[in-house]
Amino acid sequence: MDPVFLKVLVGTTLLAASSSVVGAFSYLKGQSLIGDAIAHALLPGVVLAFILGGIRNSSLLIFGALISGLLAHYGIGYIENKTKLKNDTAVSLVLSTFFGFGIMLMSYIQRTGIGQQAGLERFLLGKAAAITMQDIYIFTVLALLLIIGVGLFYKGFQLMTFNEDFAQAIGLPMPLIRCAFTVLTVLAITIGIQTVGVVLMAALLITPSATARVWTNSLPSMLVLTASFAGVAAVLGTYISSALSKMPTGPWVVLVMAFFGFSSLLFAPKRGWFSKQKQANANQRKTIRENVLKLLFQQEEHRGLPIVLSVDEIQRKRVIRLDRLTSALKELKKRLLIIDYGGCYGLTELGRSEGRRVVRLHRLWELYLTERLGMAADHIHPQAETMEHVITPEIEELLVKELGNPEVDPHKSPIPYEED
Amino acid sequence: MEKSIEVHNLTVSYHSKPVLWDVDFSLPMGKIIGIVGPNGSGKTTMLKTIMGLMKPDSGYTEIFGQPLDKVRSRVSYVPQRESVDWDFPADVMDVVLMGRYRKNNLFRRISKDDKRIATEALEKVNLLEFAHRQISQLSGGQQQRVFIARSLAQQADIYLMDEPFVGVDAATEDAILQLLQEMKNQGKTVVIVHHDLQTANEYFDHIVLLNTRLVAAGPKNEVFTKDLLQEAYGGRLTVLSKLGDLISTEEFPLREPEFKENKPDKE
Repeated sequence: MDPVFLKVLVGTTLLAASSSVVGAFSYLKGQSLIGDAIAHALLPGVVLAFILGGIRNSSLLIFGALISGLLAHYGIGYIENKTKLKNDTAVSLVLSTFFGFGIMLMSYIQRTGIGQQAGLERFLLGKAAAITMQDIYIFTVLALLLIIGVGLFYKGFQLMTFNEDFAQAIGLPMPLIRCAFTVLTVLAITIGIQTVGVVLMAALLITPSATARVWTNSLPSMLVLTASFAGVAAVLGTYISSALSKMPTGPWVVLVMAFFGFSSLLFAPKRGWFSKQKQANANQRKTIRENVLKLLFQQEEHRGLPIVLSVDEIQRKRVIRLDRLTSALKELKKRLLIIDYGGCYGLTELGRSEGRRVVRLHRLWELYLTERLGMAADHIHPQAETMEHVITPEIEELLVKELGNPEVDPHKSPIPYEED
Repeated sequence: MEKSIEVHNLTVSYHSKPVLWDVDFSLPMGKIIGIVGPNGSGKTTMLKTIMGLMKPDSGYTEIFGQPLDKVRSRVSYVPQRESVDWDFPADVMDVVLMGRYRKNNLFRRISKDDKRIATEALEKVNLLEFAHRQISQLSGGQQQRVFIARSLAQQADIYLMDEPFVGVDAATEDAILQLLQEMKNQGKTVVIVHHDLQTANEYFDHIVLLNTRLVAAGPKNEVFTKDLLQEAYGGRLTVLSKLGDLISTEEFPLREPEFKENKPDKE
């Protein structure tokens, strides 16, 4: 494999995976934009490092950025504490001041000619292609440092993001934990901008964690997933950018991450859009099935003997779209809740019990609304129409207990209990 | 009688506006104690100051006759349930285990002992079957019980709880009350911030009535009198609140913190 390509691949992957893990805690703290602000604020430190050490001195560059970033971070905290300005104002104030100062320095060195090759572009958009072997060593050390730091401070960071007051109350050394978090964040951003640049840094810090959060409810697995998403995105981004000529790596890495992020939002189990949609559809079908059983049960109750109804008769009693009714009837047959007597449908014993349950919940809820919430008897029907499909057996038990085993609902209809 | 908490001439402000004025009282040991007052009367501030989360402008607090730092392992704190984001990626056990975190085990892994203690704490609040439930899927009452289990896992001698009865179901309320009695029987002290007068009388042995300043503190039959309640709940204290506004807008220093430094050394 091409050694230049390999260098870029290894460097980018290391950077993306390690800095995104630190970003996960910023994300959980609800400080997603801090990364963006600090990334911009690194500029003056980087430029000063250029002036002092020249373009090829990676460690000096990182050191300069680190100092600049720490100053910005503490500046934001200081402004927030000492004035009445809100966090977002303090963040933008510091961001613009530092960035402005950096640009000023930058134009100064460009005029003198030292900074021609370095250029603003590398800082703004990152330049993965310029990664040297020496960079790789430094990145490896930094990446390890980040991972070890997060591992070491795991308990502290976890409690700081979840419940900082409690962490302080039990006597954890909060200044140390906060300081460690700040240093790791600034370090993560400093090494991250080498690949994707300032403009895309927020994406590197936040997108992988937001993506991982959708897939898991446990912090350790979220951190592992975050690093994996970022790493895989870095590998893919590097491949794509090298396959297409004159394409920068950073933006491609970020685009691949964004792709992961958006597809997760759509497809993830439970939290994803599709699975929520699926759940809603399943509930709607259940509602229709239960309404059919309820209708049949009420007809039997009314006449006092088992009956059968055709599709037309059902639709005359209750408005249900024909295609939905047909599939509901099919499903009910499959579950042995109704029997098909050649186009007319009647309840089985199982179906009767289910229909009775729905009617019972409806009437119990109506009684609850009038007795406990003092609603008028002519206003309660629509509410009960929904709730009869939602109430679980446990809630039913509570309702019956709280209402004292009632016999009739507010309209004097009997509440049908199971007979045994 | 031995004192659990002593509060000496405490003045605390929030965004440089005083919320506690010169409050001074002490609490007995082994009792269930309510800090009671209307909304915005400084109850939570009181608790946070005792826990060292807010710095007083003047005055100081002591627990078991010592500054908080010396007795921290004997003190447990239950913050308001709404003060955290319950969508955090953690299950019930993760949160209860946080009660075992200490300064000296910060960099160590969770031990078997910690797990055993956390399990016992969960059992006491009847949540053992929910140990691996994601915390966002709990009801309000269950979340409150998780917080109390976390505090039990600290195995402290005094428990400070901020509004544990807010937004909980009847079952949780009963469970908490029963737990409080058990804790009292074991000689523990429980201090509870509570805003509801109706229930305060039945929950607590000892009551601190607060409304920015101290209205009364003592056994409940002495404090729960019509006059004192009216004083605590009967409208805003116009002069005091006007003065508070003035201090916050005009940047007056409240009082020099030297009061604390001058405190006589007990040792």
